[in-house]
Amino acid sequence: MRDGAVVKGVRFRDHAIVGGIEELALRYRDAGADELVFYDITASPDGRTVDRAWVERVARLLDIPFCVAGGIRSVADAEAVLGAGAEKVSVNSPALADPELIGRLSERFGAQCVVVGIDSQTVAGPDGPLYEVHQFTGDPAQSRATPRATLDWVREVQALGAGEIVLNCMASDGVRSGYDLVQLAAVRAACRVPLIASGGAGAPQHFLDVFRSAQVDGALAASVFHLGTIEIPDLKRYLRAAGIEVRP
Amino acid sequence: MSGLVIIDNGGGNVASVRYALARLGVTAVLSADPAIVRAASRVILPGVGAAGDAMRRLSAAGLDRLIPTLTQPVLGICLGMQLLFESSGEGDTRCLGILRGRAERFPERTGLPVPHMGWNRLEPTRGSPLLAGIAPGEYAYFVHSYALPPSEDSVALCDYGAPFTAIASRGNFHGAQCHPERSAATGARLLANFLALDA
Repeated sequence: MRDGAVVKGVRFRDHAIVGGIEELALRYRDAGADELVFYDITASPDGRTVDRAWVERVARLLDIPFCVAGGIRSVADAEAVLGAGAEKVSVNSPALADPELIGRLSERFGAQCVVVGIDSQTVAGPDGPLYEVHQFTGDPAQSRATPRATLDWVREVQALGAGEIVLNCMASDGVRSGYDLVQLAAVRAACRVPLIASGGAGAPQHFLDVFRSAQVDGALAASVFHLGTIEIPDLKRYLRAAGIEVRP
Repeated sequence: MSGLVIIDNGGGNVASVRYALARLGVTAVLSADPAIVRAASRVILPGVGAAGDAMRRLSAAGLDRLIPTLTQPVLGICLGMQLLFESSGEGDTRCLGILRGRAERFPERTGLPVPHMGWNRLEPTRGSPLLAGIAPGEYAYFVHSYALPPSEDSVALCDYGAPFTAIASRGNFHGAQCHPERSAATGARLLANFLALDA
């Protein structure tokens, strides 16, 4: 989401408008999406919180759960979004700046309301790939690496009270060549709360692969649905036929 | 007699419950006033958060004594359902004691992630007007770390490593561990069934 419209980029850059918020929310609800996540990608870099008005409009329309991410820096910010009807808030850059925020949110609203989004970049290491956490990824000019290793951060956020982790694998985001199965499997081994894979879905096979080989609890995708490359009912039929349990 | 009252217990899902009712054409009053709750034709006790906090809020409003005396249809949702039972292992909290059982945390040994978060199947254990038009195996949305074991008060179970109570009823008191307000058509049907119970 940026300036009231839904946008999608490639590897976190060059965002193009794909539609109106409510129009897309209804389209995905009717197509059988199990959950929607709304990222206000400009909220953190701009130092502002999400505009609440659309949250309530979406909450009135949707009869499936949805999560709001972007610029939630305080219990009061989260209260506003949850009070407007969202199920969950997702924190990313503000949690990196203030990890205790996760604990405060979890204590006030329960761990199940608190999603931690992690933007993780793969870098070559001496013994294989290393994963590092990035911050302010919504704005290419401000996006930067943090000193945190992804697996350490995954353990830390759980100890602080995160109820779900969404792992955005930056190298595969928007490229549609498949989820980063190696990285997701490594994170899965360190993750006792629900883990959602994000970044790279391009074909139904990619969803099957990520459920089978990384045992994630959910697979998040944007480009393929926004562009109509994959229709959700077709994807669900495919996964069910392959033995993955999905809601019809 | 006022209409449907949602007990305002400071929980996060009050708004989404209200919107779900609005989609069914019902305007709900939000209140923590015992007089207003007592006069309601139906009462919904929502709740997201910790059991101890929620019971303290109910006590502070005098609702812990009122709710067990209500005779109109009452529906507890998620934590609101757990509060209708005797106790919760979450902070070893004494609850309202209307339904029989104690909520316990999902055991780590199942290897499944906790919270239980996502869509899962409802399996009816006995006939109930709450389940009218809901086929066995329909999916509902769950978000919780504590659950009630199956009991005589269960009307539908769900399985997450082990079976637990997904929907419960005793007399005029009903509970849904799932979130009907976020369970698409199945959830809307459950809410509509609650609205159709004799008040």
